[in-house]
Amino acid sequence: MTQLESPTTPELHTVEVTVNGQARSADVEARLLLVHFLRQTLGLTGTHVGCDTTSCGACAVLVDGTPVKSCTMLAVQVDGAEITTVEGLVQGGQLHPIQQAFHEEHGLQCGFCTPGMMLTSVALLAENADPSDDEIRWALSGQICRCTGYQNIVAAVHRAAELSKEG
Amino acid sequence: MYPSRFAYLAPTSVEEVVAALGEHEGAKVIAGGQSLIPVLKLRVASVDTMVDINGLPGLDGIEQDGDTLRIGALVRHADAERSPLLTKRYGLLGATARLVADPLVRNRGTVCGSLAHADPQGDWGSAMLAARAHVVVRGAKGERTIAVEELALGPFSTTLEPDEVITEVRVPDPGPRTGGAYLKLERKVGDFATAAVGVQVTLDNGKVGQAGIGLTGVGATNLRATAAEDLLRGNEPTDDVIREAAALAAQAAEPQSDNRGSAEYKRNVVRVYCERGLRTAISAARAGEE
Repeated sequence: MTQLESPTTPELHTVEVTVNGQARSADVEARLLLVHFLRQTLGLTGTHVGCDTTSCGACAVLVDGTPVKSCTMLAVQVDGAEITTVEGLVQGGQLHPIQQAFHEEHGLQCGFCTPGMMLTSVALLAENADPSDDEIRWALSGQICRCTGYQNIVAAVHRAAELSKEG
Repeated sequence: MYPSRFAYLAPTSVEEVVAALGEHEGAKVIAGGQSLIPVLKLRVASVDTMVDINGLPGLDGIEQDGDTLRIGALVRHADAERSPLLTKRYGLLGATARLVADPLVRNRGTVCGSLAHADPQGDWGSAMLAARAHVVVRGAKGERTIAVEELALGPFSTTLEPDEVITEVRVPDPGPRTGGAYLKLERKVGDFATAAVGVQVTLDNGKVGQAGIGLTGVGATNLRATAAEDLLRGNEPTDDVIREAAALAAQAAEPQSDNRGSAEYKRNVVRVYCERGLRTAISAARAGEE
């Protein structure tokens, strides 16, 4: 199909990024989406493709600490950036406080939205160490969970705030 | 889903952007990309050359410059949402920022990009109509300013030339005793508006000195409710005047029935939201700085 669209060899662009603390580099087509770069080029399949139409937030990752929808960004646009995916949360074999909290509070059922939910929560807690229910719901309002009814996700973010304070 | 293939340029100055747009037919500017990338993925649109302006310095600021508020082309909705400047007399803009799409989209999408996209469902178009804003545009022939009212021609169509790029939007300082509100009915967070209304009112000795009303999602472009503004101006904003203005705003709407609601319903939402928005804006104006 690609060949029908353009018989010429695609132009490649070098992307150098830090992903979960590791320097990574690849030559990619400009049209490659960030989510496909992470999943297919780098093999980090923890980031999920959900709706693929900028609606559900399952593909959320942190770009320089800011949560974005990786299905709605080009890989070439993150050249020079620092990316955090769900694979980067675990530290030295220990669950990150947000992972521990989702586990304790049963903040997931099928788990499909969970990587994005956790990364947005990490960004929220970095800005606001003790968010209210409303602030948590506001921060997560771009993300859809079809299992939990959100109640336990909100509880998990509160629990993560506690765990982070306990250190 | 993948966009079809395109060439990609990432210039680092406005001059380079303008040159790239001039050299490459079918080139398109990308800023936040939160509207452009989805339509490219759905293949509703395609571009031959994408000109990414994210690497341009000096376009990410919101600043008061004399009697003008300047919002640069790389100011994200989230920057606007958090800006201490977009409160009080610029309260309409702060209120609008909070209701654009969802938090993740707001982290990427830009105010100026929304204006350039000219989606009649776009929130910034209505807010900037009500605020009487202008965009500053650079092209091969130099710089010009375009009133936001003159920018959109129809859905996704503007008076920008193919080699022109918006560098900032300028909002005139409405002065003290100004209040604003943006009210949006959406089925869920992040949905496009069923209908929305942006209102800005400046009081002058207890009467309405200046009034701006913009309507979202109820026409081929964002609409200005001119007759309602005219009725308000020079009058004391009594309950009767507010109700009559809201009725005129509803008449200015040109809604279409769709899965978000019937035309009649949307027109009524405009009436109700305009009335509520005016009350909020007027009480904010009364409480405003001297």
